[in-house]
Amino acid sequence: MTESLSQTPSQTVGPFFALALPWAGGDTLVEQATEGERITLVGRVVDGDGAPVPDALIEIWQADAEGRYAGPADSHDGAGRDRHFRGFGRCATDGNGQFRFGTIKPGRVPGPGGVWQAPHIEVAVFARGLLKALFTRCYFPGEESNATDPVLAVVPEGRRATLIAIAEHGDDRSFRFDIVLQGRNETVFLVC
Amino acid sequence: MMDRPSLEIAGFREPDSLQPPYLFAPYGGTVRRAPLQRPIEVPATLSEVTGPAGDWERLMGSAADDLTVTGKGEPLGERIVVAGRVVDENGRAVGNTMIEIWQANAAGRYLHENDQHRAPLDPNFTGAGRAITDALGRYRFTTIKPGAYPWSNHANAWRPAHVHLSVFGPGFATRLVTQMYFPGDPLLDIDPIAGAVPKAARERLVARLDLSTTVAGFALGYRFDIVLRGRLATPMES
Repeated sequence: MTESLSQTPSQTVGPFFALALPWAGGDTLVEQATEGERITLVGRVVDGDGAPVPDALIEIWQADAEGRYAGPADSHDGAGRDRHFRGFGRCATDGNGQFRFGTIKPGRVPGPGGVWQAPHIEVAVFARGLLKALFTRCYFPGEESNATDPVLAVVPEGRRATLIAIAEHGDDRSFRFDIVLQGRNETVFLVC
Repeated sequence: MMDRPSLEIAGFREPDSLQPPYLFAPYGGTVRRAPLQRPIEVPATLSEVTGPAGDWERLMGSAADDLTVTGKGEPLGERIVVAGRVVDENGRAVGNTMIEIWQANAAGRYLHENDQHRAPLDPNFTGAGRAITDALGRYRFTTIKPGAYPWSNHANAWRPAHVHLSVFGPGFATRLVTQMYFPGDPLLDIDPIAGAVPKAARERLVARLDLSTTVAGFALGYRFDIVLRGRLATPMES
C-alpha cells in the first residue's frame, strides 16, 4: 500500500453500550486452576466535580503470575504462560461509579533497556463524554521495583501516586485504584 | 526469577492530529470528564503491544454477526449489510480480531433502561453483535439501518444515524471505539460528536454505499474500513 494510513478517528462509547460490551464473568480473570495470588481490584471513577461516573467501562490487561502475557506477541516465551488465566477483563461501573475485578497479582515483565518493569495492570477507560479512550497503569504499593520501573520513571514524581493502588483493609489482597478523570489529583493518563 | 532475553519493542506511530480532542465544549459530556492534563508519553512495552488476541469465543462467548435473526421474527426497518476490512497504519490486515457493534433500532431507540426516547422498542432486535475478522482482516454484519434520535446535549439536539464499533487489534494500545455514519445524512454537519473530529478526517467515519457488498434483492451494503494504530519498523533508540 503506497498511501499513508492513519488511525480511524475515535468516538465516544456513549451511554448505551451495556447490552453489547460487558459479558457475564468479564470482571473475573481467574478460574480455579489459575496460578498466583488472588487479589481484588476495586475503584471508583469520578469526574471533575468529584461526581461518580456511572456509565464508564473499564478494561484491564495484565501478565500472569510469572510475568507472561496471553497474547501471541509475547512470543519469546508465551508458550509457557498460564492457560487458566485470561489476562483481560471488562467491567461497567455501577451507579456509584464503582468497578471491581477478581484477578491475580501480575509478575514482572521485561521492559526497555533490559530493565524489568514493576508489577502493573494496564487500564483503559471508556465513557460517554470521552471522545477517546484513556489509558493508564495501576501499580502496587510497597513494591521496591516501583523505584526502577521505566514507565513510572517518565511520570513527574509529584503525580506518580495517582498510578499506585492503595492496599484496602491493610492487607495485600484487596487494592483500590480510583480514577479521577479531571481536576485535583487527576489520574495520570499515558500514551505510547 | 527466570532469566529472559532483553526485549526491545518497536513502538507505535505517533498519533496524528486527526483524532478528536478530549475537551470539545459543544459536546457537553466532555466538559467535566475530559482530563485537563495531556497524556504522558511513555515507551511502548510488552504490556502495550500484547492484548487479548485470539480465543475470543472462550473469552466472550459466541460471535453473532447477523443482528436480524436473534428474535422470534424479523426486526422492522431497512435491512443492511455493513462490511469492511481492518488494517493497521502500515496497511497490514488485522486478522482474527474481535469487532463488537451496537446501535439503536430503526425507530431510533436503544434496548437500554436509560434510553427515554419515546419511540418503540423492537422485540426482534437487540442491536448488539460481534464478528471476528478473517485472515485478510475482513468482517461483515447483517443488521437494520438505525434511526436518528434526540438527545439532551442542547435544545433540539439529534444524533445522526450511527453504528457504534469497538475493535481490539493486536495490542492493548491498538484498542479503538468509534462510530460509523451513513452517507448524505444532513444531521452529520450539526452533530457535536462527529463534529469533534477535524473536518479533514470526518468523512472517514462515513460508510460508503457499495454495490459489491449489497446483496441483490435483499439488503443494501455499506462499506466501512477501519485503520488501527501501526507499529514502527524498528525499536526506538532509548
